[in-house]
Amino acid sequence: MPTTANAFADVTASDSTLRRFLHGLPGVDPVGLEARAASLGTRSIKTTAKAYAIDLAISMIDLTTLEGADTPGKVRALAAKAVNPDPTDRTTPRTAAVCVYPDMVATAKAGLAGTDVKVASVATAFPAGRAALDVKLADVRDAVAAGADEIDMVIDRGAFLAGHYLKVHEEITAVKEASGAARLKVIFETGELSTYDNIRRASWLGMLGGADFIKTSTGKVAVNATPANTLLMLEAVRDFRAQTGIQIGVKPAGGIRSTKDAIKFLVLVNETAGADWLDNHWFRFGASSLLNDLLMQRQKLATGRYSGPDYVTVD
Amino acid sequence: MSESSRLSVLKTYKLYVGGKFPRSESGRVYEVTDHKGTWLANVPLSSRKDARDAVVAARKAFGGWSGATAYNRGQVLYRVAEMLEGRRNQFAHEVAHAEGLSKSAAAAQVEAAVDRWVWYAGWTDKIGQVVGGGNPVAGPFFNLSTPEPTGVVAIVAPQESSFLGLVSVIAPVIATGNTAVVIASERSPLPALALGEVLATSDLPGGVVNVLSGKAAELGAPLAAHQDVNALDLTGAGPELAKELEIAAADNLKRVLRPGPADADFTADPGTHRLTAFLETKTVWHPTGSLGASGTAY
Amino acid sequence: MASAFEYAPAPESRAVVDIKPSYGLFIDGEFTDAADGQVFKTVSPSTEEVLSEVARAGAEDVDRAVAAARKAFEKWSALPGAERAKYLFRIARLVQERSRELAVLETLDNGKPIKETRDVDLPLVAAHFFYYAGWADKLDHAGYGANPRPLGVAGQVIPWNFPLLMLAWKIAPALATGNTVVLKPAETTPLSALFFADICRQAGLPKGVVNILPGYGDVGAALVGHEGIDKVAFTGSTAVGKEIARTVAGTRKKLTLELGGKGANIVFDDAPIDQAVEGIVSGIFFNQGQVCCAGSRLLVQESIQDELLDALKRRLTTLRLGDPLDKNTDIGAINSAEQLARITALADTGEAEGAERWSPACELPSAGYWFAPTLFTNVTQAHTVARDEIFGPVLSVLSFRTPDEAVAKANNSQYGLSAGIWTEKGSRMLAVANKLRAGVVWANTFNKFDPTSPFGGYKESGFGREGGRHGLEAYLDV
Repeated sequence: MPTTANAFADVTASDSTLRRFLHGLPGVDPVGLEARAASLGTRSIKTTAKAYAIDLAISMIDLTTLEGADTPGKVRALAAKAVNPDPTDRTTPRTAAVCVYPDMVATAKAGLAGTDVKVASVATAFPAGRAALDVKLADVRDAVAAGADEIDMVIDRGAFLAGHYLKVHEEITAVKEASGAARLKVIFETGELSTYDNIRRASWLGMLGGADFIKTSTGKVAVNATPANTLLMLEAVRDFRAQTGIQIGVKPAGGIRSTKDAIKFLVLVNETAGADWLDNHWFRFGASSLLNDLLMQRQKLATGRYSGPDYVTVD
Repeated sequence: MSESSRLSVLKTYKLYVGGKFPRSESGRVYEVTDHKGTWLANVPLSSRKDARDAVVAARKAFGGWSGATAYNRGQVLYRVAEMLEGRRNQFAHEVAHAEGLSKSAAAAQVEAAVDRWVWYAGWTDKIGQVVGGGNPVAGPFFNLSTPEPTGVVAIVAPQESSFLGLVSVIAPVIATGNTAVVIASERSPLPALALGEVLATSDLPGGVVNVLSGKAAELGAPLAAHQDVNALDLTGAGPELAKELEIAAADNLKRVLRPGPADADFTADPGTHRLTAFLETKTVWHPTGSLGASGTAY
Repeated sequence: MASAFEYAPAPESRAVVDIKPSYGLFIDGEFTDAADGQVFKTVSPSTEEVLSEVARAGAEDVDRAVAAARKAFEKWSALPGAERAKYLFRIARLVQERSRELAVLETLDNGKPIKETRDVDLPLVAAHFFYYAGWADKLDHAGYGANPRPLGVAGQVIPWNFPLLMLAWKIAPALATGNTVVLKPAETTPLSALFFADICRQAGLPKGVVNILPGYGDVGAALVGHEGIDKVAFTGSTAVGKEIARTVAGTRKKLTLELGGKGANIVFDDAPIDQAVEGIVSGIFFNQGQVCCAGSRLLVQESIQDELLDALKRRLTTLRLGDPLDKNTDIGAINSAEQLARITALADTGEAEGAERWSPACELPSAGYWFAPTLFTNVTQAHTVARDEIFGPVLSVLSFRTPDEAVAKANNSQYGLSAGIWTEKGSRMLAVANKLRAGVVWANTFNKFDPTSPFGGYKESGFGREGGRHGLEAYLDV
C-alpha cells in the first residue's frame, strides 16, 4: 500500500517546497468549472435511477446538528432519525453518521449503539479554528475519547491565506495523529478561501496531510457547498488516487437541501471521480433538512403521490 | 549655351519589387508615350515571373508590416506624404504627360494625392477603434473584435487616374497592414514607377508595396490565381477582365473589391470602404470570473 | 465495489411537436407544391424513420419565390425601421414560446441531442432575432453612413448542422436591414425552416418577405445564379463556396461565405487542464463534430501530452451516445448516411496513413447513422486527418514544443475559421491570439456563440461576418 508520506516527502519538506508544489498545480478556470458543474446539473435522473440515487443519498448523509442550543434530547432525536429515517418504511436506508460537537459525542454514541451509523464530531475549535494547536488537539482527543468514529477538523484559513502552507500541513498531520483510528475529514471553508485555485491547493494540502475526507465547509458561512467547488474537489481526489493509489472521500456540507440538489451532486461524483466513490465510505453529505426532502421524494416514488411535510418526522 | 539646348538625362524606369528596382526578368520593355503620342520611356513589360517575385516579396514583408504598430505605419505613410510634397513638381510633370492634363490640373491631382497619404496616415491607428470593439455577449466572457489585415493584396490600379487614383488604391491597402502588388496603369505607368522611388526613401519597408508595369490582363491572371495572394482590388480592370479575374480569385477565395461607380472620381471623399475591404475581423473570447454571490468565482 | 449509477431513459416528449405528413414550399406567404410536383422525404437520422414528405423546389419555383420577394421588397424596405423591428421582436418571442416544440423538431430532423437544441440552438435563435430586431431602426448609427440602404432580394443557402440557427443568422440581419429573402434549407433538415414559415404567419409578416425553398443543391445553384437576386449568403462547404464565388463573379451580387474549417485547439503546459479537457470535448464533440468551427486539431504541448490524453480519454468514456431525444444524451446521430460515409472514409484514411485510432467503449444503435467519438494520436501535419475537414466526431492530436511552433502549425491550413488557446498566462494568450489567422479565437473556452459577436473566417473559411454590428454590412449597400 503506497503511503502519502512516501510519495510526497519532498513536497512537504518545507514551506517553500510546499508552496512550489501547490502553486504548480494546474490553474482552474472559474467559468469553465462552473459551466461543467452546471452542465452536469442538467442530467435528468428519473424512475429507477432516481430511486437508486435517493437511497444512496440518504445513506450518505452525515445528519448534522451544530448549534449552540444543542441538547442531549435534540441529539438523541437526531440519532433516532439516523437509524430509522422513515418509520413508515423500514426499507429506508440509515444515514451514514450523525455529526455533532465533541461534548455531544457520548450522547450520540449511546443513541446509535448497536447500529452501524457512525458518530462524527467537529473539532479543532470549529468553526473558526482560531485557537492554539494544543487546544485544537485537546478538542480532538476529547471527541475521540468519547467515541467519535470520525473527526471533522477545520483548517486554519488565516494561515492558508497568509501562505503559511506548512503550518496548515503540520496542523493536519497533528490532528490526524490525534484522531487515531477515527477517520479524518478536513474542512477548508471554501467560502473563505475565495478562489477556485485556492480550493484546489487546499484539497491537495489536505490530502497530503493525511485526510480521509476533504470537506467543503462548516455550514456556518455565507457560501458553503456548491456544485462547482465540490466538482473541483472530486477532481482532486480523482487525480490524487491516479498518482498515489490512495482513495480519499469528499464531503460537501451546507446548503444542500433538496433531493434535486443531492442528485446533482451524485451525478458530479459519478461522472468525475467515478462509481468507486458512490458509497458512503467515500462520499457524504453534511446536511440536516435534506433528509426529509429525500424521504418525501422516496415516498412519492413508492406511492405515486406527492408527499407532504406532515408525513415525515420533525426532529 | 541656352537652357533649352541642353540634352536632358533620361531616366531608366524600373520596377519596384522587394525594395529594389529590378528590370523585368523577361528583359521585355514597352514604349510609353505621352498623351500626344510622344515617346517618354521604355518601361519594363513585366512577366508572370515578375508577378510571382513580387508576391514573394509582399509575403515576406507582411509579417513585419502587419506586426508594426499602427502608430508606426501612420508615421511611415506620413513620411511618404512628406517625400512627395518635395517632389510635387516632378510628379505634376509626370501626371501632365501621362494624363494630358494642364500644368495646374496635374498639380491639383498631385496635391490631392499628397493629401490622400496624409488622410490614410491618420487612419492607421483609428480604423481599429471604428470598426472593432467589445461585444456585450450574454455570458461571463470578455469578447473583442479587432480588424486585421487580409494579407497580400494584388491591385489593378486605375487606368486613367495614373497617380491620384494609384495612391487612392495603394494607401488604404497598406495603411491597415496589408502588403501590395500593384499593376500600374498600362498606358501611363510612369507616375507609379516614380512613386516606387519615393516609397523607397520613405521608411516603408521593402516589399510592402511592389509596383509592376505591363499588361493588366497578363499580370492580373497569375496574381488572381496565385494561392498566396489573399485579396484582389480590381479597380483598374475593365468589366470583362474583372469578371475573369474574380472567377480565378475564387480558387482560394480571395477577397475581391470590384470596380464600382465611386471609382470614377478620385477627388471625392474616399470614405472608409477601401480600408475595410481588406480587413478581416478577428473576435477573441476569454472567460471573465464572475464576482457573483458564490464568492468563489475567480 | 459500489454499484453503478445507471441513468434511466429520460426522453423528451415527442408529443409537443406535430409533424404533418407533407409540407409545401413557402412562397409569397403560402405553402405551395413544387411547380414540377417533385417531393422528397426527410428522415430522422437516429432511427431512419420518415418524418415527412417535403416539396422539392426547382428552378421554376426559384423564379416564383424571387418574384415574390422582389414584389415584397418595395414595401418592406420602405417600412420605418421601427416597424420592421417589431416584426422581428414578434418572431423572437414566438420562437421563445415555441422553443420546446422547435427543439424537439430539430432533434428529430437533425439527430443532435435535445440537450443541445434545447440549451444552445433555440436560445441562440431567439437571441439572434432579438438582437437584430433592435438594429432595424438604428441603422443610421451602425457606422455605415446615414440612411444605409438594403440590397434587395437575398438568396440564402444554409446547411444542416444548425438548421434553425443558421436560418436565424441569415434571416434576422437581412430583414432588419430591409431586404427580403429566399432561403434554401438543406435537403436533410428542411422541417424547422418550414415551421419557421408558420412563425412568420403568426407574426403577421407581410407575404413574400420570407420565402422558403426546400430542396437539393440544384435549387441552391439556381437561386445563387438567379438574375433577380442582389445578395448571396451561403454557409456550407468550401468547395461549394468556391463554386458560388465563381457564379457571382462579375455580377452586382454581394457575397458572404461561411465555409469549412480545421480549427486548432492549442493547449499549453500551463493550461487549466480540467477545463481544457472540457473545451476539447465541446470543441470536437459538440453536435457530433459537425461544426464548421470545430476544434478538430488538438495541438498539445509535448510536455503534457500524456497527462492530457489520459484525462481526455477518461473523460470520453463518460460521454453518453444514443437517443438524441434522451435528455442525458451527449452524442447524437450523424445527420445523414452520406455524411456518415464521409466521416468513415476519412477516419479509415487516418488509420491507413498510420495514425493511431482510439474510441471509448461505446455501443452504437443498430438503426440510424452513428459514429463513435474518435481520437487519432501520432498525427502529423502531413496526415489527411490533420488537414481535411472531417465534419464529424473525430479529433486529430498533434504535439508542439514551443509557442512559435504551435502558431505555425495552427496557421498551416487552407482554412482560418476558429482556434482555441489554453493557457493561464495572459500575455501568451494575447500574443498567440494575435498571431492566429482565424476569425474566432476562443481562449480558455471553446464553441461559444452570441448574436453580438461577429463570426466568420479567414482564408478559405470564407469572408464576411455574421453577428454583431459587423453582420449588418453583408445586407447593406455600403
